[in-house]
Amino acid sequence: MQLHFLPGQGRIVALLDNSIISLWEVLDKGGQSELTHIQDFTLPCQPGALPSVSRPTALCVSATGDKLYIGSEAGSVHVLQLSSSKFDDVLSQEGALQSLPEEYRVGKALGAVEAIREDPCTSTSILMGYTRGLLLLWDLNRRCLQRCLPGTQQLESVHWSRSGQQVTCSYSDGSYQEWSLDDSEEQKVPSLLYGPYPCKAITKIQRFITSGCTFVVFSGGMPRASFGDRHCVTVMHEREHVAFDFTSRVVDFFTVSGAKPGTVLDEPKVLVVLVEEELVAIDLMAPGWPSLTPPYLASLHSSAITCSHHVSAIPSKLWERIVACGVQQKEKHSSAEWPINGGVIKSQQRTSRDLLLTGHEDGSVRFWDASGVALQPLYKLSTASVFVTEADQPEPIQETDEGHWPPFRKVGCFDPYSDDPRLGIQKISLCKFSGQLALAGSAGQVLLMELNDEATEHEIDTYTMDLLEENETFRWKGHDRLIVRSGSVPLPAGFQPQLVVQAMPPASLTALALQAEWHLLAFGTSHGFALFDCHQRKPVLTKCTLHPNDALALEGPLSRVKSLKKSLRQSFRRMRKSRTTARKRPDPTTKVREANARLSEQDLPSEVELAPVQRRVEARSPDDSFTGMVKCLYFADTFLRDGSHHGPSLWAGTNAGVVYAYSLEIPTPEHRNEQTIHARFGKEIQLMHRAPVLALAVLDGKSSPLPEPLEVLHDLAKSPDLHGHHSLLIVSEEQFKIFMLPKVNSKHKFKLTATEGSRVRKASLVWLGTPGGNLAGTSGIVTGNDEAVETCLICLTNQGDVHGYSLPSLRLQARFSCMRKEDVTGISSCVFTHTGQGFYLISPSQFERFSVSAASITELLCSLQPREPEAIHAFPIPEYSPTVNKVTPEDAVETKKRGRVMENALLTDSRVLEEIQETLNPSLLTKVDIDMNQNH
Amino acid sequence: MAKNHRGHARHGSDIEVKSKFGAEFRRFSILRAKPGRFDEFYQLVQHVHRVPTSELIVGYADVHGDLLPINNDDNFLKAVSTAAPLLRVIVQRKEDADYNAFGTNSTLRKRKGLTGFPGLLKTHERPRPTRDISLPQDFRPVSSIIDVDILPETVRRVKLYKQGSDRPLGFYIRDGTSLRVTPRGIEKAPAVFISRLVPGGLAESTGLIAVNDEVLEVNGIEVAGKTLDQVTDMMVANSRNLIITVRPVNQRVGGGSGTLTTAAAAVTTTTTMTTQSTNGLLLPGPPEPGSYVIGNFTDGDSEAESDDDVIIEGGAGSLAERITAEDSERARPNGEAWLHSASDQGLWSSEQALNGSTRSESEQQRAEATANATTYGGHQRHSMEEDGTVITL
Repeated sequence: MQLHFLPGQGRIVALLDNSIISLWEVLDKGGQSELTHIQDFTLPCQPGALPSVSRPTALCVSATGDKLYIGSEAGSVHVLQLSSSKFDDVLSQEGALQSLPEEYRVGKALGAVEAIREDPCTSTSILMGYTRGLLLLWDLNRRCLQRCLPGTQQLESVHWSRSGQQVTCSYSDGSYQEWSLDDSEEQKVPSLLYGPYPCKAITKIQRFITSGCTFVVFSGGMPRASFGDRHCVTVMHEREHVAFDFTSRVVDFFTVSGAKPGTVLDEPKVLVVLVEEELVAIDLMAPGWPSLTPPYLASLHSSAITCSHHVSAIPSKLWERIVACGVQQKEKHSSAEWPINGGVIKSQQRTSRDLLLTGHEDGSVRFWDASGVALQPLYKLSTASVFVTEADQPEPIQETDEGHWPPFRKVGCFDPYSDDPRLGIQKISLCKFSGQLALAGSAGQVLLMELNDEATEHEIDTYTMDLLEENETFRWKGHDRLIVRSGSVPLPAGFQPQLVVQAMPPASLTALALQAEWHLLAFGTSHGFALFDCHQRKPVLTKCTLHPNDALALEGPLSRVKSLKKSLRQSFRRMRKSRTTARKRPDPTTKVREANARLSEQDLPSEVELAPVQRRVEARSPDDSFTGMVKCLYFADTFLRDGSHHGPSLWAGTNAGVVYAYSLEIPTPEHRNEQTIHARFGKEIQLMHRAPVLALAVLDGKSSPLPEPLEVLHDLAKSPDLHGHHSLLIVSEEQFKIFMLPKVNSKHKFKLTATEGSRVRKASLVWLGTPGGNLAGTSGIVTGNDEAVETCLICLTNQGDVHGYSLPSLRLQARFSCMRKEDVTGISSCVFTHTGQGFYLISPSQFERFSVSAASITELLCSLQPREPEAIHAFPIPEYSPTVNKVTPEDAVETKKRGRVMENALLTDSRVLEEIQETLNPSLLTKVDIDMNQNH
Repeated sequence: MAKNHRGHARHGSDIEVKSKFGAEFRRFSILRAKPGRFDEFYQLVQHVHRVPTSELIVGYADVHGDLLPINNDDNFLKAVSTAAPLLRVIVQRKEDADYNAFGTNSTLRKRKGLTGFPGLLKTHERPRPTRDISLPQDFRPVSSIIDVDILPETVRRVKLYKQGSDRPLGFYIRDGTSLRVTPRGIEKAPAVFISRLVPGGLAESTGLIAVNDEVLEVNGIEVAGKTLDQVTDMMVANSRNLIITVRPVNQRVGGGSGTLTTAAAAVTTTTTMTTQSTNGLLLPGPPEPGSYVIGNFTDGDSEAESDDDVIIEGGAGSLAERITAEDSERARPNGEAWLHSASDQGLWSSEQALNGSTRSESEQQRAEATANATTYGGHQRHSMEEDGTVITL
């Protein structure tokens, strides 16, 4: 529930919700730092005492870092000597009450200890704030009451200024009050900033005295009726007054101070706010208070991730251009340096430039630098501007918001409410050599983008391809197609759409392939697939794969989602909010509810007995739904028609276990402009087990996969062996099969599902081995070949296991359990890299990275020397206030440092790193809790 | 003609054959050392009885007096080797064949009836009303209990032949717990059970699987430790040739003594009439290489049979050929004889001239079945099929 740092010691004190105070330390283990659990404390209490006696509510670490003041719910304050792990002093509430002057002692208890502060100058006294509003300044040496500040409202938070002269406290009615300690008689009335109507509590306040003026920063306090659902942090300084409006609940905030030790005046530089979904830093030094771009911990899921795509070894030129476009996008942001730094990264320098592209529900694609440990945002591409959407109409409500009271300003990029679900990106294909990017969306739209360093404005060509081949008997009941904006569309620098192809019916795209060398684009939906010539801008082929009885395929998957209009979304927003505004302390009713829940869980098995889950056992039939769905598309230069002539071909695999192959006649470059491309039907393979075809690949005569388009042209791959027999690898959900080409006779097969009951969810060909030529035979997939790099097939099953198979013999080489089989989104979000690594979403906002290759590991190795003075300096320790969850800069480093070796132990030496932002929300604390329980 | 043969019958190295067709007898002899093949013998029988075009059913009386069929090389050789000295052959027209006659004591009964005790005929079963029932060859197996000799009595291994049938498998499975006897006593363990049989489905029609039977294995792989979904997926993946080992509901630990009798035979096959069986055809000759296409009588659990992926080749025009990949892999010796044409078909029929008509009919049947198995929506291809490795469309 709270995290506190012991300055300069590399230690953390965590208050857990089971009333345990737990001490953690960053220890050096083999050259790298790890966060280790040291010790647990509980408040001492008499046997039979009320539980409130031992329930800590407020923590405060002394400036020296050796003492911990712990306030309890019963109102007493304990002092814990961290060096000796002993409680050496107690100030009970009775004692406090007795020392009170008569006029404050009205016979009632003071309530729980809400806040404890140590005197910032002398460290000889502490300030204790009680729920009822009373603040006591207690002299530790003389053990007597120094001062009493009689607050009247329910206390939320206390801040003691750097000079030690001012105390600011905030109350649950949305007001705050300033006390001056030097002039004992002066007492300011509480000010209700956003009044006069009832306001929500100010959960945390900080007030800094800078040269000349004050800086007030607080969270909450919004008028309850009109803006009670906003998540705001208000900053006031001189005349500037901004209420930063976040899209998710504010967990905590702190300011990074630039003040030198020993000075009296404060100098807040950066405000760092942790909201539930992201971490936002705001530059308080720059005019207008712009936000900072975080170098890590960027919000992955600003809009829900719908797909991801990994491209390794990006050519440096393309990389630089993408980075340059990203820099242009960040112009509005502050140029200030990221204020939170520390520790040493010991990981190897990156060996290649890898991109992870994430497609989002709002039609945007984010480019992440996936070469290192932390995913760094490089560039964001939005396709929404290409289409006419509902969001184009200006929102009147938004405009009234601006310029009114309170002075809201939207910050942060988390916006889960997509305006038009049709914009969602379903498939991404990037050609790293040509810089062409193909995107396929939820409403049949396929965009071909090209990188342009300049902003332009041009019309976007649109083509429509009917995948039903004008079959009149089908009627599409799903959503409408997206309308491409007519006329010139202003396009910012970066990837700009060259053309848009619309599949009709506008179903969600299920497969996409871009062949930049031949300038061909293939895409598929649940109805069929199509081939488009990007050079001549002409449709080449459409093929309907729909089974006549498949009624379900005619309904768009979004048909229901579409009816969610904006008003509805607003009300959801409100509902969500009311759920998240949880009370600060668990009250007895929740306990009862939990107990009931536990009881009902125990009842559950008997209910299961009554109505057991049944599964139908039936052979796959061509009448099943979505059999026509195209699952994969693949271009290959191979022997489709006979064994002596190879040529371009297009392959498509469907949900019903059918593979179609077309041979393509592509004119020579000289005639590319005039002659049209012809696609001729080549082969159709019906797999008898009818399981969905997940991947197709052609292996050359040496059984290595054909290189990517343009790869050979750029001298980055050997040209394929065109003399030996090519073979076709078909990966279905149930089996792997290798057929010889062109005769399609089966050569090798492996029946996965029939033998062990797991089904393939994702499959990819990976290149394993070390670049230096030394084989990594210690673990992972043993590469027993002369060549340093060997290809193998890795797949992820629905049981969450990763298997590796040799090619072409399809023998199981290694298997690792990787994810929980219940983690359906994790399994469906998994992408493999060419080097045997993989990414999957462990939560909507977090990717977990793993590796099956011993040679290619991205590992977080870092160290922290906490006791060095520089290190202390590198972590500007903010002033603590025991409110809800604490965040400090070190925290971020710590969490990253924990690095969480993948819980299900993929490989002994492949560590899986939790990067990404947002690890500090309450989920961290639950994890701490879990770890702790394991330790005991 | 018969006289000619009679002359040779005295030779010790020969076997005297007495062939009876209706009321007619023909006698001839064949070399004991070199009896030849069944189709030659069949041709000979057709020839001696002067019914070269009729389809015949050939049987012989063995030493026990049982009437046993001669319809392939093996049982022909058996018949020859056991003949001492006379081989009594009984020939019937296929259309009026009495199949009940085959079996134990059949010839004795028959002989009694024929050898002048007409009064006794009444005490035996009267001639049954002739039913149109075909030979086992015309049946398609639906299910069988296998491995009875190696499995404990309380366990039953059932094979369901889904292949070639348009009937759904038709059963559901569920999670449950079963009692197991372990060294530590009786323990509860999670298990998978049959939860429902769909009326009219394959599973129900066999009568070998019942609701609440515990599923122990799927195609030889133990189910213990696997989730319901995994077991479902395994069954679906093996659906074309599904072998389930069950502990029948009345065979559980502590249950009754059980109804399953220990059959001496390793395989007890229950069969029902196939819907596709076109005519009552006796196919002489060895089992055909292409039979898996229709799954006509697939025996054994060879892996290959569940695997015949169909490949449609885009030809020069709209003509496409259909090849079964497994087959081409298995049977084609040189890998070159690939595109057979009409002349190849001619070759086939000349090789198999003895049973040309049979052949063509079986081909037709197979073509139908393949067409059934490989019909896709929207594909209206004129299909014609060839036997063996190549199917041309």
